[in-house]
Amino acid sequence: MTEPLHRTLGLTDPELEKIIEILGREPNHLELAMYSVMWSEHCSYKSSRVHLKRLPTEGEHVLVGPGENAGVIDVGDDIAIAIRIESHNHPSYIEPYQGAATGVGGIIRDIFTMGARPIAIMDPLRFGPLEDARSKWVAEGVVSGISGYGNSVGVPNIGGETVFDQTYIGNPLVNVLCLGILPKDRLVLGQASGIGNLAVLLGATTGRDGIGGVSVLASAGFGDDEADADKRPSVQVGDPFEEKRLIECCLELLDAGLVVGIQDLGGAGLSCAASETASRGGVGMDFDVSAVPQRELGMHPYEIMTSESQERMLAIVTPDNLEQVTAISKKWEIRSSVVGKVTEGGLLRIMDGLNGTVLGEVPAISLHEDAPLYERPLAPPDDLELFQEDTAEQLPKPKDIGEDLVNLLSDLEWVTSQYDSQLFLNTVVGPGGDAAVLRLKDPISGRETGRGLAVTTDGNHRWCAINPRLGTAMSVAEAVLNLACVGAEPRALVNCLNFGNPENPTVMWQLSEAVDGMSEACREFDLPVVGGNVSLYNESQGTNIDPTPIVGVIGVIDNLDAPPPGQKWSEGDRLIVIGPEPEGLSGSAWAFEQGHRKGILRELNYDIHKKICEITRELVQKKLVTAVHDVSVGGIGVATAEMAIASGVGCSLARISSHEALFSESSSRVVLAINPDELTNVEEILTAAEVPKARIGLAHGDRFTIKGLLDLELQSMKNKWKSHLPTAFEGGTTQG
Amino acid sequence: MSPTIGVIVFPGSNCEQDAVEAVKDLGAETQLLWHGSPEIGNVDGVIIPGGFAHGDYLRPGAIARFSPAMESIVDFAKKGGPVVGICNGFQVLTEVGLLPGALQKNIGLKFLCKTVTLKVVSTNSILTSQTQIGVDLKIPINHFEGNYTCSEDTLNELRNNDRILLTYEDNPNGSMGDIAGICNKERNVVGLMPHPERACHDLLGSTDGKPLLQSFLESANG
Repeated sequence: MTEPLHRTLGLTDPELEKIIEILGREPNHLELAMYSVMWSEHCSYKSSRVHLKRLPTEGEHVLVGPGENAGVIDVGDDIAIAIRIESHNHPSYIEPYQGAATGVGGIIRDIFTMGARPIAIMDPLRFGPLEDARSKWVAEGVVSGISGYGNSVGVPNIGGETVFDQTYIGNPLVNVLCLGILPKDRLVLGQASGIGNLAVLLGATTGRDGIGGVSVLASAGFGDDEADADKRPSVQVGDPFEEKRLIECCLELLDAGLVVGIQDLGGAGLSCAASETASRGGVGMDFDVSAVPQRELGMHPYEIMTSESQERMLAIVTPDNLEQVTAISKKWEIRSSVVGKVTEGGLLRIMDGLNGTVLGEVPAISLHEDAPLYERPLAPPDDLELFQEDTAEQLPKPKDIGEDLVNLLSDLEWVTSQYDSQLFLNTVVGPGGDAAVLRLKDPISGRETGRGLAVTTDGNHRWCAINPRLGTAMSVAEAVLNLACVGAEPRALVNCLNFGNPENPTVMWQLSEAVDGMSEACREFDLPVVGGNVSLYNESQGTNIDPTPIVGVIGVIDNLDAPPPGQKWSEGDRLIVIGPEPEGLSGSAWAFEQGHRKGILRELNYDIHKKICEITRELVQKKLVTAVHDVSVGGIGVATAEMAIASGVGCSLARISSHEALFSESSSRVVLAINPDELTNVEEILTAAEVPKARIGLAHGDRFTIKGLLDLELQSMKNKWKSHLPTAFEGGTTQG
Repeated sequence: MSPTIGVIVFPGSNCEQDAVEAVKDLGAETQLLWHGSPEIGNVDGVIIPGGFAHGDYLRPGAIARFSPAMESIVDFAKKGGPVVGICNGFQVLTEVGLLPGALQKNIGLKFLCKTVTLKVVSTNSILTSQTQIGVDLKIPINHFEGNYTCSEDTLNELRNNDRILLTYEDNPNGSMGDIAGICNKERNVVGLMPHPERACHDLLGSTDGKPLLQSFLESANG
């Protein structure tokens, strides 16, 4: 007995029932295919929507909130910034280079479809340990793919993170954030309007690549290797040169005012683009499959409508403007084809020729609005109490604390030097800083505004594994503090929620808790969420990843007349740490290195955290510190070690009396390096602001010492830090 | 009087606006030259900027050399006009035969974006007249195919005729003779892999690109 069609497409029996109810009849293959992709987890967020609505989305600088292709904020001087983050996790496990490359391509399209020129990307990445052969193959391929596509399409990569942990074996996370700039009045929405207007398909031909990408790949976990190999054709293939020409073509069309609405084609391809533009505009569309330029022979209508071939956009154009649109497309060597017509009534009709047979017919809005909404059961893990009692402070003292510290140090240059971080001459602080900093120039005149943008991506699966709510709140707090370290005020947040199988109540609980933590932190910091992405089913052989919510936060620097201090201290600088005393080891990188993944986290004190952020921002803006670095992964041990390595100047530290104090990652702490001439002034400012502070030592010499704890040679620490990744990757690439 | 610099744009070029910004800041006028048109107007100098002209299909620069605009630029160069090819531009100049040798894949087989130290080897060119032997320049490189390769004969000819302008202090990509930039026999066409336009602003970490572009603008004014 063969599987019924709807089930092979990934639809459940109740979902089929709902479709029959909507249509008033049984759906045909084409219609089923369209519902299956549009109602997949990846496209419809059916398991997460009920939680996401708890996130705060309003703010004075918000021009466009969640629900459009990208969030847009006002950054002053009549300039707007579009920002979005997306995931391409499952395809990157199957075909790392193309999975990552098309992840970059997809997020860039989301940005320029809003009328913004993409000016930067960031890539928070998670892989299994490099000792695992497949994880290494995936990591190499992903970095190559992001490099190959991003560099070639011409968008600089200004930062991100690369984290390795066993939880990601079998489920790498490839999240990509993109920023775009536009004059406020060039904002365009992805809506069709105007009965009789034409839908014009721009860009690449449509082939069989990526079919089922959203349903087969992104909405299911991974099983055994053989079955996974069969999923390879579901990975899309990217062409950055096509995308570059498409960017220039679309921006020229938008500048000339030739487009009523424009939508990029991503997950679910034409089904999504056609139905979304129609449904947002409250209209219908007649869509002609025979007019779609095809890459392969004999494609079925359902294949054409669900293909995820890359580098395609759907523009809504008045008939009068068609000639000009065609001419501009031709100049950029971009294919343009009239594939549809806007109609009254709200039906999406798929046809063979605009006057030909109707192959399928569904209410456009049903593909979106009527997507199932699940309230999946959620429950904390049964053993939560025992889990919380098993704290990492109970672990035995390290045998060699210096070695444990050095093992946490890793230079990411092997990854980041593969990315062009400088194109467009905006990058003041690139990969490696606490936050990336860009000059803010007018998008039309190129005139410098004298101000800057700061962006950071943050996420910590160790904190979230211990306590998803608090861990997520701490990640948001860390992002805000990272911005303060470069003198920026936060304006908006985007998020990518990477979780396991939503059919597992513990995973749903983690998701719900993470949303609560993010909401709470965003409200405390007055930070609107302007967009988000959810990636579920990050599960292999029944094991779910640790919850990994990633946030991207953007802020503005009011006066960018000099680069922010950065992490390099100078010989003779006095070192001060501000913030509460460190507390707790559970959820720290050190604890996880010892194999300990349980315990509890200390609550976040928002008042103290806000005070620390404010004072850090003030000291940086007033240029009163030589160097600044926030304390996060690896505790104050890693923070000071990184500063010493960056400077080439060692230090003598005191008042860090135990491995717990050294490696604790409790929030709201910053290391400041201050020129002795400024010390009194700075300490007075800190005292007046009632900021907890402690002098911890002096920057000098060629050794890294902590009284009573460790004494290391700086050069040797630097060598290990520098060689960690290249050695693990064994030099050279296996990818094209 | 400020010179007018033509900056050619191929489909896939991406550093043209950066080149425009850098030379404008130094006082020049600029004109973007569309690859498809043989019209290059009355420019005083030409920059072939970085990027991925024609997607680097076949080989970087292999298709760009056939553009109508390139034909006019070759004429311009043959008549003594100053031409600078930066990164992808250098690749185009080798493909079109205005400069000898070829740019192959980096020895590390990875894309490389980093700031390097360049040594000035010759100040006798349109690119280096305002630099000084002994004063090193910190300029970013950004390429996958920057490994300069040529025959032994060519290398000797370049060396014997003072045509090597810039070399890497710490060779990042395997280039023969550590070559970062060279000029033609007539010294009016220069190609270099590093991006001087990325080192023209304090906020961006280095202004060592300025003397190079200033030399070029002076020769364009000449």
